[in-house]
Amino acid sequence: MIRAFANPHRFMALSRWLAPACLGVGALLIVWSAWQGLWIVPQDDYQGGDIMRAMFIHVPSAWLAMASYMGLAVTSLVWFVWRHELADMAAKSIAPLGAAYTAMCLATGSIWGKPTWGTWWLWDDARMMSVLVMFFLFLGYMALRAAMETRQKAARAGAILAMVGAVNVPLIKFSVDIWSSIHQDASVLRLDGPAMPPVYLTPLLIGGLGHMVFFAGLTMMLVRAEVWRRRADVLIARKLAGA
Amino acid sequence: MRTPSPLRAAFRQALGEAWAGGAGVLLPIGFFAGAAMLVPFTVGSEASQLSSIGTGILWVALALASLVSMERVFQADLEDGALELWAQEETPLFLVAAAKILAHWIISGLPLVLLTPPIGIALQVDPGALIPAMLAYGLGGLAFFLWGGVAGALAASVARGGLLIALLALPLFVPTAIFGALATVEGPGGPSLLFLAAATLFALAVAPFAASAALRLAVD
Repeated sequence: MIRAFANPHRFMALSRWLAPACLGVGALLIVWSAWQGLWIVPQDDYQGGDIMRAMFIHVPSAWLAMASYMGLAVTSLVWFVWRHELADMAAKSIAPLGAAYTAMCLATGSIWGKPTWGTWWLWDDARMMSVLVMFFLFLGYMALRAAMETRQKAARAGAILAMVGAVNVPLIKFSVDIWSSIHQDASVLRLDGPAMPPVYLTPLLIGGLGHMVFFAGLTMMLVRAEVWRRRADVLIARKLAGA
Repeated sequence: MRTPSPLRAAFRQALGEAWAGGAGVLLPIGFFAGAAMLVPFTVGSEASQLSSIGTGILWVALALASLVSMERVFQADLEDGALELWAQEETPLFLVAAAKILAHWIISGLPLVLLTPPIGIALQVDPGALIPAMLAYGLGGLAFFLWGGVAGALAASVARGGLLIALLALPLFVPTAIFGALATVEGPGGPSLLFLAAATLFALAVAPFAASAALRLAVD
């Protein structure tokens, strides 16, 4: 499976139609979920009335933030072990997207928190702290890559940092969990079935799926751009060598 | 002529540079004391307020001071070619990286720990709690230096990488800062000191390997 995708030609041929398709389908699902969330589902007074509609952006962005750090760690590991260039290009592309989703998670969380908890920010909330630390891990990763002289060094340094960060994430999670939390317990997926009524759950899950598909499409687009950039570099180098 | 083992060389070099031009010992001490001195001016001088945040201020100052001279630890070895020789030695590079970080900690980290009681007293912390707290500051400081060492090794080939090192290392300081701050509040009998020690041991197990991978990248 990795082998099949590691071939840049096959990837370019596949992503040529798959990336726009993912963007289109993802955008449709996101728009449907937002429409449902904003106009169709009844307001929930227990969660602060209309402000709970922020959930349809906040919760998917939290999922995507976590998934993108996982993706960064996995692609970094794949590159570090097998040196598939596409894995490095994927890691490079995931980082800014993950940082954006992490920032979106923090921003919508603050907007939701102000009317319901009465504060923009809670330092003793474990999940907010974890996401904030993850945001800084993304920023550090991008800054390190940008500081490196060559592409190869950027890939190696980035992979080392992403893997060090990934082995630290459980420890960070555990340490901030030690703090007491006034956050509600995770209420989407439980062993005894979802605690949320289906009228909320369906648009939320569809929205989450939409953001995932959209994220995949964006990542493929950025990887395609990186492939074109490298091809352009090769052409320039050839031209300079010939001149 | 037999070349000295890289481990001994790393230690001897770090100890020799302690009083050299860059003032390896004095610079972090000055930063540590200066950062702590600013706090009463910014948060107010009431004794009750200061005593409640004093141990936490020491943690913040320790975390920042541990990064002050991290930029030069591996960069100097890269510039004079020592790193390249060490990478070709039989001694595994992760041991060399660990030796460099430990030597740097002895020079720049341990003095800060010895300085926590006087600065803590100045910040109105109960003096009786400060002596046992030195164990927590020592353990936490070692973890700060280990993660800082990884960041320093990653940024070794980057010119003016000091701020980059801070950005890379500070998120990794979070568990140590949490357990450390809890441990200094709880005192030596609490569970947080054990968690702090576990976090430091984890850093000791992971950081030398990550740093050596980063150093190999720097010499290539």
